[in-house]
Amino acid sequence: MSGTGYQGKKNIPHLTSERLLIKGGRVVNDDQSLYADVYVEDGIIKQVGENLIVPGGVKVIEANGCMVIPGGIDVNTCLHKSYLGTPPVDDFYQGTKAALAGGTTMIIDHVTPQPGYSLLEAFEKWQEAADKKSCCDYSLHVDIPHWHEGVKEELEQLVQEKGINSFQVYMAYKGLFQMPDSQLYEAFSFLKELGAVVLVHAENGDLIAQEQSKILGMGITGPEGHPLSRPEELEAEAVFRAITLGNRVNCPVYITKVMSKSAADTVTSARKKGSVVFGEPITASLATDGSHYWSKNWAKAAAYVTSPPLSPDPTTPDHLHSLLACGDLQVVGSGHCGYSTSQKAIGKDNFTLIPEGTNGVEERMGFVWDKAVAMGKMDENQFVAVTSTNAAKIFNLYPRKGRIAVGSDADIVIWDPDKIKTITTKAQQSALEYNIFEGMECRGGPVYVVSQGRIVFEEGKLQVQQGTGRFISRKPFPDIAYQRIKYLSVYKTIVSRGMYDGPVYDIPATPKYITPAPSAKTSPNTHQPPPIRNLHQSNFSLSGAQIDDNIPRRSGHRIVAPPGGRSNITSLG
Amino acid sequence: MSFPGKKNTPRVTSDKLIIKGGKIVNDDQSFYADIYMEDGTIKQIGENLIVPTGVKTVDAYGHIVIPGGIDVNTCLQATHLGMTPADDFYHGTRAALMGGTTMIIDHVVPEPGTSLLAAYDQWRDTADKRSCCDYSLHIDITRWHEGLFEELEHLIKDKGVNSFLIFMAYKDKYQSSDTQIYEMFSAMRELGAIAQVHAENGDIIEEEQKKLLDLGITGPEGHVLSHPEEVETEAVYRAITIAKQANCPLYITKVMSKPAADVIAKARKKGMVIYGEPIAASLGTDGSHYWSKNWAKAAAFVMSPPLSPDTSTPEYLSSLLSCGDLQVTASAHCTFTTAQKAVGKDNFTLIPEGTNGIEERMSIVWDKAVATGKMDENDFVAVTSTNAAKIFNLYPRKGRIAVGSDADIVIWNTKETKTFSAKSHNLTVEVNIFEGMECRGFPVAVISQGRIVLEDGNLNVTEGSGRFIPRKAYPDFVYKRIKARGRMADARGVPRGNYDGPVHDVISMTKSMSATPSTRGPSCPGKTPVGPARNLHQSGFTLSGTQMDDHIPRRTSQKIVAPPGGRSNISSLS
Repeated sequence: MSGTGYQGKKNIPHLTSERLLIKGGRVVNDDQSLYADVYVEDGIIKQVGENLIVPGGVKVIEANGCMVIPGGIDVNTCLHKSYLGTPPVDDFYQGTKAALAGGTTMIIDHVTPQPGYSLLEAFEKWQEAADKKSCCDYSLHVDIPHWHEGVKEELEQLVQEKGINSFQVYMAYKGLFQMPDSQLYEAFSFLKELGAVVLVHAENGDLIAQEQSKILGMGITGPEGHPLSRPEELEAEAVFRAITLGNRVNCPVYITKVMSKSAADTVTSARKKGSVVFGEPITASLATDGSHYWSKNWAKAAAYVTSPPLSPDPTTPDHLHSLLACGDLQVVGSGHCGYSTSQKAIGKDNFTLIPEGTNGVEERMGFVWDKAVAMGKMDENQFVAVTSTNAAKIFNLYPRKGRIAVGSDADIVIWDPDKIKTITTKAQQSALEYNIFEGMECRGGPVYVVSQGRIVFEEGKLQVQQGTGRFISRKPFPDIAYQRIKYLSVYKTIVSRGMYDGPVYDIPATPKYITPAPSAKTSPNTHQPPPIRNLHQSNFSLSGAQIDDNIPRRSGHRIVAPPGGRSNITSLG
Repeated sequence: MSFPGKKNTPRVTSDKLIIKGGKIVNDDQSFYADIYMEDGTIKQIGENLIVPTGVKTVDAYGHIVIPGGIDVNTCLQATHLGMTPADDFYHGTRAALMGGTTMIIDHVVPEPGTSLLAAYDQWRDTADKRSCCDYSLHIDITRWHEGLFEELEHLIKDKGVNSFLIFMAYKDKYQSSDTQIYEMFSAMRELGAIAQVHAENGDIIEEEQKKLLDLGITGPEGHVLSHPEEVETEAVYRAITIAKQANCPLYITKVMSKPAADVIAKARKKGMVIYGEPIAASLGTDGSHYWSKNWAKAAAFVMSPPLSPDTSTPEYLSSLLSCGDLQVTASAHCTFTTAQKAVGKDNFTLIPEGTNGIEERMSIVWDKAVATGKMDENDFVAVTSTNAAKIFNLYPRKGRIAVGSDADIVIWNTKETKTFSAKSHNLTVEVNIFEGMECRGFPVAVISQGRIVLEDGNLNVTEGSGRFIPRKAYPDFVYKRIKARGRMADARGVPRGNYDGPVHDVISMTKSMSATPSTRGPSCPGKTPVGPARNLHQSGFTLSGTQMDDHIPRRTSQKIVAPPGGRSNISSLS
C-alpha cells in the first residue's frame, strides 16, 4: 500500500516541465472525498477529474488508492525566535524540511520583535531569513511586544502593504511582553478596524510571576517548577478574559496553544454563546502530557518546557481530540520551537530560564491521524479541515491553499492511512538531539509530498532546496472570521429624555483626589457640571437632531426597547 | 402584634421579655416554643417557662420567630466626591430595624491618604454615636501602600475586623492589579480573614465609558452599557482563579447577573471555598429602568455592578440562593439624594453609585423565594442571617435563636403583604427603587438587644444604642477546609542527579531577553543565571547527597512526585 508503485527516477530535484499527474488516488477535501486524478502544471492544479487529457511526457505519481489531500498548514512555528541571543537550532531550513517530511507544505511563523524595537524591521529580518532558507511556502504572524501609539502606524503598514493579517498579543511574560487589559482592549479595537486576526497567548502573567517566585522560594528549581508555576487555571482564566475582551470590542479572537482541558472548555462554551473565537491545540498537547516534567532525567524534563505547559492530566490529549473532532477547536498548530539541550540547560538551576518550546512540526499531521481519525473520532474530511483548510480560511489563504481544486496551489500530499512509523530522534529531520515523542508509534503518514508542484518527498526521501519557499501575503478581513463580526456590530443609542431640571448637589471644593473612574480623556469639560448650575444646559445641542440620526433604525433593536420594560416606579416623591 | 402594653417606654426597665406562642425558626429546624430573654441575652427556650413576674410578654401567635436579619453590606458613611450618603448610620439602621434586620456590617472606605486605622476610628466614632442596632465593620482596601500588611494585622488582631474588600474596578482610584490581589489574598489567608471582592474589570469599563461618552451617550443608560454582565463575570472568574492559587476563601459582594452567579456555582462544584452575595436590588428588580425617560428615576438605579437588563435575573438569582449556590443576601444600601445623583446629569460616570434596600431586603427574599415555594422558612433564616453570621464569625452569638445568643429576634408575619414606597419608607432618600412593589412577609415586632424596637408599626429606637461587635479571625465555617488544604498542597521538587551536559553560552545581551522575568523572586540569587564561562562542575547541589528538600519529610501519598499517568515514552536521550 505504501506507495511502491512509482518506478521513475529519483534524483531529479526539479522536473524541467514541472508537470505532474497524480493518478488513482482519492481526493479528500474538507467537504467531500472523490476518486479523481489531479494534473499539475507550473505549481498550480490545472485539472481534477477522471480520464484527464494531459500532455505526453508528464511525470506520473501512482497514488494506488491512497488519499490525496491538500498539504498541511502549520500556523504556529517559531523558527527564528532567538533566546538570549541564540537562535533555535531548527531554523527556517531545518524546520521547513521537517515540515515537508511530515506532510506540511506551508508554515506561518511568528515574528517576535523585542520590546522597543520596530515591528517592520523585525518583519524584514524574518522575511530575509526565510527567503534564504525556507523550503516551503511560508507566511508570518507578527507579535506585538508592547502597545503604544507608534505601533499603530506600523501595524497599518504591515496589513496594507506587507500582507500580514494576524498579530499576536501576550497576556503572560510579565515585564516583557505582557499587556494590561486596557492595552489589550485598545489593541483589539485597532486590529479589528484593520481586519486582522488577533492571536492571544493566554496565561495570567501576574499570577505566574507570583507562583514562580513562590516555587523558587521553596527550593524547586527543576523543570517541574514550570508546570507548577503555570497551573491550567491560569490558562483558562486568561482565555476567559481574552474572550470577554473580544466580545466587548466585537473582535475575533484566536487562542494559540490550547494546552489544557479547562482552557479548551472555555473556548467551547464561548462559541456556544456565539463568540467569534478559534482555538488551536498543538502537536504536543494532542499527543503527550505533562507527566514528563517530573522525569528524573533533567534534559528530558526540560525538553517538554513550553508555555502554556503541557497538562499533567493524562486525559488531556483525548479530550482535545474530541473537541477538535466536533469542531469546538478548529486548527492544529505545532508550536514548534527547537532549542538544543545545551540551550535548554541555560536554565538548569532555574526553571524560569529554560527556553520554551517543543518540537512537533514534523509529527503534527501524523498524530492527528493516529489519535483522532484512526480512533474513529473524526473522518478524513475533518482531518483535512483541522490540519489545513480551517487554517487557510482563518488566515485568508483559502482557496489558494487548503483545497485541492483547479486553480489552487499544487501543495499536495499523498497520505497513506496505514503507514506505521515510530518516532525517533535518529529518523527525524529536525536538528534537535531529542524528540518529545520518542518511541511513540504513529499510524498514517505521507508517501509523497508535492510542494509548489514539485515532488519534495517520496518514499522517505526528501529532496528540498533552500530558499525555494515563497512568502505568501495575506489580505485582511478573512470571511470566516469577519463576516459575522460585521453583522454583530451593534449600535447603541441614546435615550431621549427631557433634561433634568431638579436641584444639583454642590460638590465640596476638594474633589480632585477622588475623581471617579477617570474618563478624563474623553469627557471634555463640557460634560462636567459647572459649579454654577445652568438649568438651560442640555446634552442635545439642537432640538430634534440626535447624534445617532445618521444610523438607520432597525426594527429588532436590542437596546432601545429594554427587555421587560416593567416599571415599578411610577412617581417620584 | 396584639401586645396591649404601653408603647412609649423606649427601654423596659427590667429588660426582661418573653415571646409566647410563636414558631421558632432557625436555619436547621422549626419548633413551637416560648423564648425568655434578660439583659439582651436569650436565657430560656421551651414551653411553660418559669419566669419572674412582671415580665413583658410579646404575643407571637400565628407568626414565626426568627433570628434578626444580618445585612452584611451597607455603606452608610462612605462619601462620594465629598458627598455623604443621604442615609447615615442613624437613618440606615432605623430602616434596617424596620425591615427586620438587627445587625449590619458596614464598609469602611478610607479616603486616599488616610490610613486604614484612622478610617476605622472615624467609622467607629460615628457609628457608636448614631447607630440604632449592633454593627460591625468591613474595611475596603482603596490604596496600596507601605505598612498595609502591618495595619491589616493590627486590625485583625486588636480591632475585631476580619473582612476586607478589594476592588477589581474603579481604575486609577481603587483598582488593584492581579499581583496585588494575589498578595492580598495570601495575606488574608495567613491572617485568617475573609477576602471580599468587588468583581468588575475596571480596565474594560474605563474603555467602554470613553467609547460611550464619545458616542454622545451621557445618561444613566450609559452606566449599564459600560458595565456589561460579561465584565462582571470575567472579574468573578479571575478572582476565583487567583483565590485558588493563593488557597484563600473568597467572598463575592454584589452578585448582579446570571453569568456571574453561574461562575460562582460552578467554582463551588469544583470544590472552591467561595461565597456569593446577591443583594436586595438584584433579587427584587432589574436593569430595564436605566432606560427610563425620567432621569431621576433612571439615576436612582445606578450602582456597580449594575442591575442586569435581563428581566429573568431576579428569579434566577433567587433559585441559586435557594439551592445553596449563593449563600448570603445583603442590601448594598448606599443612597444619594436626587440632587446628589444629579451631579452626573451630563455625564453618567459622575453619578454617585448606590441603591436602597436595607429596609426591603428580608421582605423581598420572603416574597421572591419563600412565598413562591423555592425555599423554606429555614433556608430563609440561613440566607438572611445564619450564613452571614457563620461566614463572618458572629455565630452563634448572632444568627440563631438559642440559649446564650443575643436577643436579636424578629416576629415575622408570613401571610400579609406590604407595599414599598418612597412615601412610607424610613429613609431620607426621595426615590425608592422598589416603588409600588407589593411583598408578602414583613416583621410585626423586632427585638434588638433584648428591647422591643418595633411593634404595631411603631419604631422605638435610641440613637447610639448600637454596639460594635468585634469578630475574630479564622471563622470555622470558612477556614476549616482551607487549613486542611494548606497542609496538603505543598509542592515538591524532583530529586534528580545534576545535569552535567553542555550548557549553551549565553551571549552578553542577557538582560534584554530573560524569559518570564522572575523579578520578584527573592529566592533566585545571582548564582542561578549561568555565567558566560561554562562550568561543567557547577551544580545545583552543593553537597553531594544532601538536597534542597531534605528537611521536608517524605510522605507516601505525595501529590506531585508521582505524576498522574506516569507513562514514559522517552527512554533515552542520544
